[in-house]
Amino acid sequence: MLKIKNLHASIDGKEILRGIDLEVKAGEVHAIMGPNGSGKSTLANVIAGREEYEMTDGEISMDSEDITELDPEERAHRGVFLSFQYPIEIPGVSVTNFMKTAINETRKAQGKDEMPAKDMLKMIREKSELLEIDRKFLSRSLNEGFSGGEKKRNEIFQMAMLEPKLAILDETDSGLDIDALRIVANGVNKLRTKENATVVITHYQRLLDHIIPDFVHVLYNGRIVKSGGKELAHELEERGYDWIKEEVEA
Amino acid sequence: MALENEVDTDSYVHELRSKALSDFEEKGLPARKDEAYKYTSLKSLFNKDYSLFPKKEVAVDYSDIKKYLVHQIDAYRVIFIDGIYSSHLSQTTHDKFDVCLMSSTLNHPKYASVIENYYNKLAGDDSLTSLNTAFAREGAYIHVPKNIQVEKPIEIVNFSTGNEAAMMIQPRNLVVVGENSQVQIIERHQSLSENAVLTNSVTEIFADKRAMVDFYKIQNDLDTASLIDHTTVEQKENSEVRLHTFSFGGALTRNNVRFFQRGEHCNSVLNGVTIIEGKQHVDHSTLVHHTAPNCESFQEYKQIFNDRSVGVFNGKVLVDKIAQKINAYQQNNNILVSDKATINAKPQLEIFADDVRCSHGCTIGQLDEDALFYMQSRGIGKKEARALLMFAFANSVLESVKIPEIKTRITKLIAMKLGVEIGFDL
Repeated sequence: MLKIKNLHASIDGKEILRGIDLEVKAGEVHAIMGPNGSGKSTLANVIAGREEYEMTDGEISMDSEDITELDPEERAHRGVFLSFQYPIEIPGVSVTNFMKTAINETRKAQGKDEMPAKDMLKMIREKSELLEIDRKFLSRSLNEGFSGGEKKRNEIFQMAMLEPKLAILDETDSGLDIDALRIVANGVNKLRTKENATVVITHYQRLLDHIIPDFVHVLYNGRIVKSGGKELAHELEERGYDWIKEEVEA
Repeated sequence: MALENEVDTDSYVHELRSKALSDFEEKGLPARKDEAYKYTSLKSLFNKDYSLFPKKEVAVDYSDIKKYLVHQIDAYRVIFIDGIYSSHLSQTTHDKFDVCLMSSTLNHPKYASVIENYYNKLAGDDSLTSLNTAFAREGAYIHVPKNIQVEKPIEIVNFSTGNEAAMMIQPRNLVVVGENSQVQIIERHQSLSENAVLTNSVTEIFADKRAMVDFYKIQNDLDTASLIDHTTVEQKENSEVRLHTFSFGGALTRNNVRFFQRGEHCNSVLNGVTIIEGKQHVDHSTLVHHTAPNCESFQEYKQIFNDRSVGVFNGKVLVDKIAQKINAYQQNNNILVSDKATINAKPQLEIFADDVRCSHGCTIGQLDEDALFYMQSRGIGKKEARALLMFAFANSVLESVKIPEIKTRITKLIAMKLGVEIGFDL
């Protein structure tokens, strides 16, 4: 589904990603771990198409289509979803209206008709229940005045509504208490199918107790320096990242 | 002057006119050296040879102007074509309250006491107001005695046909709202052709005790039309006056808005949305003068500037020493969509009382790139994302619009201005 080859990216002339290769197939969950500043969020943003990052080399493809030159919305229309580490507050736009616009813009781009209001309401009801979101919450301005946990739950709610092929969760566990973490992880697990895939970006192992990865990759200094199964996450939790750094620098 | 032959020379108003004319001649036009016109030059407006009175009347059909009216709702209408009252397009009343044309009241004994008590009592004597006082022949006269809730909104529309190469129109409106009464007014100036028109309009609004007045100004004229508007409000205790100004068009628009609170527990609301482009110029100069304690004023102006458009916001709040426990709020937020657009913002607070809450904020920015990316990443195209953000930006001002049809119309105008088909409702 997602294929990344020799990806190099920089911001303000500073190289952050220095040659990343990654393949994610349908039905898989990949975790990307790594110390602060290793390039995890940059990778997430570059896949989603953020313009501030300059891709200097390499290729990103979705379902064998090169998406390197596509705008963020075009990538979204092809099924890429990024759950933000810091969701943006948008005063004056309600959660419901934002979702309505996002879904209908996506359907328009895919050559489909707008979703009938009745179906939209039904979907909103189902998905908000899945994330244990109060209905009142949906008429509030998007992310404005939301707590950290509410923002993250709202991200996964949006994911549930948009039903992406590839979901990238950027530090979704940061700022979550244990109950919110359970709700969010439960939501993500329920949305998993054989046709979609998830990339979980996290600094800590704790989210991976709830969302079990098939593969764990360690990002350091802009490269994937180690890959393994879920046991690698436990090893990192126990031993920290220093041994990885030493291995790389040796 | 031809004017001498046109009016009843015995009238109370005639004396005002003579004095105003000499005031204007003495002062001349405002220039950029005047602080109040530092960022707005009127020079290019006044170098044309305007006709002050049309040489002939032009017939206009309802079908020609319907789209400029809030026609979905039943309303009282006072409509002028090239400054001349159009009886067949208007719907006036003298039943319980008066909604009619100014000229019919000026020399009529029935209205003498209202005219003598209120006409030109607020307008002031700056040069352009004097020019209006000297030459104004027509406008809307609205007098609501006490304890009346006027159910239907009142529309005042000045059309110009372009029958003259360049025309100057000087409308003069008087609004007197008695104790415990309520009224909603919509005002608009609209050119029907691309010949130059300059409108120098004066409106005086008196709100007696517990009166409620909602006044909506829709400024969306052609690029050949300019407007200088002077609106002055006087409020008695417990009254509430809300003025909304929607500025989307016209070559140059200058709004001189002044509120005088003359009783306790007054509430004044001044809201504005400006969205302009090309070389359009919109200037909001506001004054809120708190002369009594325990009052509130709330100003919120949201503005979006495209291309080479220019905005001026000059907001002054004056709190007298006696006016304790005032809550005065002023907010002016601007988005410059193009790097060639300009906003000159100058908030001024002059506070002589010591127990007050006054706050003001002024922001100038671009659209938030993070928010744009966030929306794009959810599949919303960049153009729609920008429109949605700008909509959201302006939306808080629309929340206080009481007439649903006006709200819908303004929403549509904003969508048109932003060049999008809006599929969302905010």
